[in-house]
Amino acid sequence: MIRLLFLPLVFLLTLFVDGCSPKKKSCITIAGSTSVQPFIEKLADQFMAKYPGIKIDVQGGGSTAGIQATFNNTCNIGTSSRNLKQNEQELKTFLMCYDGIVIILHQTNPINDLTEEQIRAIFDGTITNWKEVGGKDSKIIPVTREEGSGTRGSFEDLIMEKKIISDACLVQDSNGSVREIIATTREGIGYISAGLVDERVKAVNINGISANTENFLSHKYKFMRPFLLLLKDVPAGNVKEFIDYTLSTEAQDILKKYGLISTIAK
Amino acid sequence: MKDKIARWTLLVIAFSAVLALLLITFFIFQQGVPLIFKAGLKNFFSTQWSPTHGKFGISSMIVGSLMVTFGALLIGVPLGLSCAIFLTEFSSKTLQKNLKPVIELLAGIPSVVYGFIGIIVLVPFIREHIGGPGFSVLASSIILGIMILPTIVSISYDSLLVVPGTYRAGSLALGATKWQTVTMVLIPAARSGIITSIILGMGRAVGETMAVIMIAGNALKIPHSILDPVRTITSTIALELSYSVGDHRMALFACGTILFIIIIILNIIATKLTRRT
Repeated sequence: MIRLLFLPLVFLLTLFVDGCSPKKKSCITIAGSTSVQPFIEKLADQFMAKYPGIKIDVQGGGSTAGIQATFNNTCNIGTSSRNLKQNEQELKTFLMCYDGIVIILHQTNPINDLTEEQIRAIFDGTITNWKEVGGKDSKIIPVTREEGSGTRGSFEDLIMEKKIISDACLVQDSNGSVREIIATTREGIGYISAGLVDERVKAVNINGISANTENFLSHKYKFMRPFLLLLKDVPAGNVKEFIDYTLSTEAQDILKKYGLISTIAK
Repeated sequence: MKDKIARWTLLVIAFSAVLALLLITFFIFQQGVPLIFKAGLKNFFSTQWSPTHGKFGISSMIVGSLMVTFGALLIGVPLGLSCAIFLTEFSSKTLQKNLKPVIELLAGIPSVVYGFIGIIVLVPFIREHIGGPGFSVLASSIILGIMILPTIVSISYDSLLVVPGTYRAGSLALGATKWQTVTMVLIPAARSGIITSIILGMGRAVGETMAVIMIAGNALKIPHSILDPVRTITSTIALELSYSVGDHRMALFACGTILFIIIIILNIIATKLTRRT
């Protein structure tokens, strides 16, 4: 009988284990963009090592969810990988860094340059053959992100302008799986975060400007989106401590190491 | 006294399952139905799905789900049924004992593993040798066809096994060959069980999500050939739920409502068909 009671008891006890909540002073809850999440986690680890008394809990959910959570006070800091819309402007924003949106192709694709108009035409379905942009005679297989994704949102703002992404595009739900498909599909084209480009895919020059760190830093490469930290009120206490840390040289160097574009070292 | 306690406890437990079903039904409908009316039936059953821009057309996904399910049945039913017939009628007892658990093991493989195999093996194969992007109706149908095999095999097997031995003996005594016995006596006799197995397999194929997301390509356009990518209702819910807010979220629940209705219709057909015999 005692043994039988033991298990439920353990479950019950776990409920009382020190949980993180936005109301707690020694605890910071961060929620929002899944693109920002892996990087903010790295920073949080470093921060917690420096300040052992503070606990940081990082959650995903997406930019829109992060913005909502900041409004509702369900997190201390929200993160967003897109600019705020008109009705979201009341939040205090801190620009943590920039992230480039890079167009990627299969390694064997002979094309190295595309213009903005060509990319737009490929994704809205007006250009469907590589021949039309100077490549081989084969069908183009564009890969996009799912409706609601922050990366898709920034791609629409930065490149598509008012054009609508064609419904013939393949849809994948993460930067990683878009990269996976492009790496294995000769006719593929997709867009991902600059930090995640690797040697298995080829980054394309847009309007003749290549997607490298130098062009990111000089802002010559136009297709960049901000990684924002959001707050409802003026930062204070631990939250201020953490925001200051993310903008410090040390944290910015970490971000740079992962391919993001620091905001302080231009 | 003890009997009474047992009866009541079991009754409560039995109803808790029903209660769970009722709660789920209520919740899905309560969340989903308002949007269908808000968007209007015309918008909701159009082919334009772009919920962040106020377009909630789910037709292409309904077509997608139906195509993939039909494809899965086309592959799974002949394979599964022949397998069940072989096991009950044409194989030795030892073979039967060894083969059946192996087929049932298929049911234990997580769907993400099926999807992974699809991406690594099937999708490149179709792309290289048949054409198209590889992520296609064909790939999803093949993988789903294999996934529904254990359901079809084990239920058909059981229903063939319970056909009384006298039927077999009678048919053979009248001079029918073994194959004639199977097609003319055993399959009609086991009909209800076989149909149930197909409907249950169908239910699994309609509801499967993970494997389909990985290999279907998820393009919203209605496919023109079996080599085109396709989007199902379940994959839309799974792909977009984490980012959705407001009307978008409700639209996903509305998708759930439609899925629910499709599955209920399937079940009603199944019970009707089995009762008739």
